[in-house]
Amino acid sequence: MAETSHQHGAPGASPHGETRRDFLVLTAGAMGAIATIAVVWPLLETMNPAADTLALSSTEVDLTAIEIGQSITVVWRNKPVFIRRRTQEEIDAARAVSLDDLGDKQTDEERAQKPEWLVLVGVCTHLGCIPLGTKKGDPRGDFGGWFCPCHGSHYDTSGRIRKGPAPRNLEVPAYQFVSDTLVKIG
Amino acid sequence: MSSPVPRNKVAQWIEYRLPVFSWVSHNLTDFPEPKNLNYWWNFGSLAGIMLVWQIVTGIVLAMHYTPHVDMAFNSVERIMRDVEWGWLIRYSHMNGASMFFAVVYIHIFRGLYYGSYKSPREILWWLGIVLLLLIMGAAFTGYVLPWGQMSFWAATVITNLFSAVPWIGGGVVEWLWGGFGVDNPLLNRFYALHYLLPFVIVGVVVLHIWALHHRRSNNPLGIDIKSEKDTIPFHPYYTVRDMFGMGAMLFVLFIFIFFIPNMLGETINYVPANPMQTPSHIVPEWYFLPYYAILRAIPDKLGGVIAMLVSILVLFILPWLDTSKVRSARFRPIYKQLFWVFLADCIVLGWVGAQPAEGVNIVISRICTAYYFAHFLIIMPILGKLERPRPLPESIHEAVLKKRGPAQAAAAMEKH
Repeated sequence: MAETSHQHGAPGASPHGETRRDFLVLTAGAMGAIATIAVVWPLLETMNPAADTLALSSTEVDLTAIEIGQSITVVWRNKPVFIRRRTQEEIDAARAVSLDDLGDKQTDEERAQKPEWLVLVGVCTHLGCIPLGTKKGDPRGDFGGWFCPCHGSHYDTSGRIRKGPAPRNLEVPAYQFVSDTLVKIG
Repeated sequence: MSSPVPRNKVAQWIEYRLPVFSWVSHNLTDFPEPKNLNYWWNFGSLAGIMLVWQIVTGIVLAMHYTPHVDMAFNSVERIMRDVEWGWLIRYSHMNGASMFFAVVYIHIFRGLYYGSYKSPREILWWLGIVLLLLIMGAAFTGYVLPWGQMSFWAATVITNLFSAVPWIGGGVVEWLWGGFGVDNPLLNRFYALHYLLPFVIVGVVVLHIWALHHRRSNNPLGIDIKSEKDTIPFHPYYTVRDMFGMGAMLFVLFIFIFFIPNMLGETINYVPANPMQTPSHIVPEWYFLPYYAILRAIPDKLGGVIAMLVSILVLFILPWLDTSKVRSARFRPIYKQLFWVFLADCIVLGWVGAQPAEGVNIVISRICTAYYFAHFLIIMPILGKLERPRPLPESIHEAVLKKRGPAQAAAAMEKH
């Protein structure tokens, strides 16, 4: 049988010319492919964030010391988070913008739970630099919000992208007001 | 010339069991090379020498380096200040990377000028592009290891390029980081990759040389070797020339190592990484500047990333984009000039990549980016059809004789 099985029309071959050896090659090949995936999968998965990294969940921030017009930077998940207590003019400017002028269409109401407080992840959505505009004396770009010096993205007083290569608005993290002066980020 | 069969008894004993002597004779000492190679053909061997240089200095550095965000910066400073000769090894490795890129780029432009990518050397050329990409990966992962400000923000900007991938981009970047930003997991894996990649490069170099020896070296005339008269053995003619080239290269490298070791680096990389503050002006190392200029020239994020990748990947199809049947630019009067225009374009891209992305710089970067792609995608296919190449010499041997002066030229003519 062994000497004939790979010849056309050999015993064990079907009328269409498939042999037992074809079946064995295909099933062994399929098992080999599954085994390869089973080996590669955990190797790739190990590179994802580990449990202790994921556990860095939330940060609480006391807002009492922040004056109107002032911004601070806090650290959340090893990333900067901007908290700006906006002036009435800044709120009005952010709310007066027509959605048609925006690349990433979001109203200011969607982005700020309380109009006075703007909470943003301070990472440019282009290539991850930290935009300027939080410290006193920083350039704030053409729209009075933030300006990313790396590749020239301008954000407005709602943290929305208005000009430059960044594709999206500055991200608003999940946050909630524990009390009027305490915000929990994450 | 040495005989392939050794006379020494011990050597014969070895040769019978493992034919190292005939292998060396066949592939190195007696290997026939075109007799007309010029000094631009030195740069392949120089790149090989720099690879060994980087591996040797790198292994020594690895014995003193600590890949942890709290200790990496200080361990590098310790190498510079406290470790015996540590400053020399680190400056050699740091400037060695620049030297490596310099010789690799000259090697690539040599290939572009003399048409070394054309049939039957396409796979040899592909392997060279793969090597370029691997060397870039090794350089980038290595640059991150000292964990200075530029290391950190280079890692941030470059890993964020992957976030441009539609839909899965965000997940891919977190997978690369092993976290929510550039942090210790990334430093660890970059260290592992930086140690791994050089040996992958060695493997691909073996394939590169295999392909080279199979179809043999191109030469400044770009015509095939037709007879033994066109060749000379590699040893001693080209071994001695490669040694001379190595001396010249090391002379340049030592000027950098001993007199201007930090000229090509960024001062701010001597400030420890701070994830809360981006430096006001981020620039990559000089050897990445042209690609960085192309990235910034495109106003769309995904488009910029694609353009940057394609600027290298386009080299893979160059053997078919170039429709000219003549290899060497010596016999292509128009391509010969456009080659220098293209080189100038790449240099301007490099210059503009180091400037702030504003005002006239954006215009310059866009014009140069457009020309870069036009050179490959428009000029090369059309030029090959329109250009009338000058007549090619009969053989390498004949062309070499003609150059020797009227008397020998006449002698060569008589043979016909």
